[in-house]
Amino acid sequence: MRALETVLLAKGYVDADALDLIVETYETKIGPRCGAQVVAKAWVDPAYKQRLLADGTSAVAELSFAGRQGEHLKVVENTDAVHNLVVCTLCSCYPWPVLGLPPVWYKSAPYRSRAVIDPRGVLADFGVTLPSDKTIRVWDSTAEIRYLVLPQRPAGTEGWSEDRLAELVTRDSMIGTGLPQSVGAGA
Amino acid sequence: MSPSTDMLKLLPALPCDVEGPVFREPWEAQAFALAVDAHAKGLFTWSEWATALSAQIRAAQLAGDPDTGETYYQHWLATLEGLTISKGATSLADLKQVQSAWDRAARATPHGQPIVLENDPLAS
Repeated sequence: MRALETVLLAKGYVDADALDLIVETYETKIGPRCGAQVVAKAWVDPAYKQRLLADGTSAVAELSFAGRQGEHLKVVENTDAVHNLVVCTLCSCYPWPVLGLPPVWYKSAPYRSRAVIDPRGVLADFGVTLPSDKTIRVWDSTAEIRYLVLPQRPAGTEGWSEDRLAELVTRDSMIGTGLPQSVGAGA
Repeated sequence: MSPSTDMLKLLPALPCDVEGPVFREPWEAQAFALAVDAHAKGLFTWSEWATALSAQIRAAQLAGDPDTGETYYQHWLATLEGLTISKGATSLADLKQVQSAWDRAARATPHGQPIVLENDPLAS
């Protein structure tokens, strides 16, 4: 790793300041709260939600979360009938600019393979039990297209501000392995 | 224009916080940044990167890697090594030489002091 870094630095293929900035940016500046803001806005603004579902890439860019990894972002909406779950069976493609860096479990082989074969079991492992008549749709990310789940707005949040709503949106709820916090349960 | 300003433009400072650790160890974040910056500087395209990483992980699985996430950045790094060589940015021999220099430097560095390449006793 150090050897590779030394070589790339010496040949000018990477730049030390840029490296530091990337590490710092993804560690502290870009995180799941960006995605949470997108979700919260979609909850309060029906027109934005429509744009988000029609063209996730542009709608997310409206909030200035542009990025090298979020270029082709498709937003899939949870409804009373359908729950969406995102996985990348090949490697671990993930919408960094909106969700930060992927959690370790997302990159693990058991999650990647089981999410497709047994999504209900995977959800149960995450403590999410869904009604048996609810359809679970699994979205397999690729290098070209990433998915973001638009969870359902929790009950009892009528009239809440976007910022307050965003607090309820967990990272896992945007991958589909969790649900937003219910009112009164969280912060 | 300084590179950091350049990067800032690409990665706008966003009003966000972070939920939990996303790297297990600091070197993983560094490896991550190496690939992102090498891509940004045009060493390879992002789809070349994704293809190579997928192939690397598949090969590791076939070789018996349990692939539970812990080895992910080792695959990441191996992919970057491979691409760096196949793109002609370095040769395997050069890379090995620098690796040996780092190894010698690490052994020659007293405990508690930062390891720097200049500590390699063979460095001129």
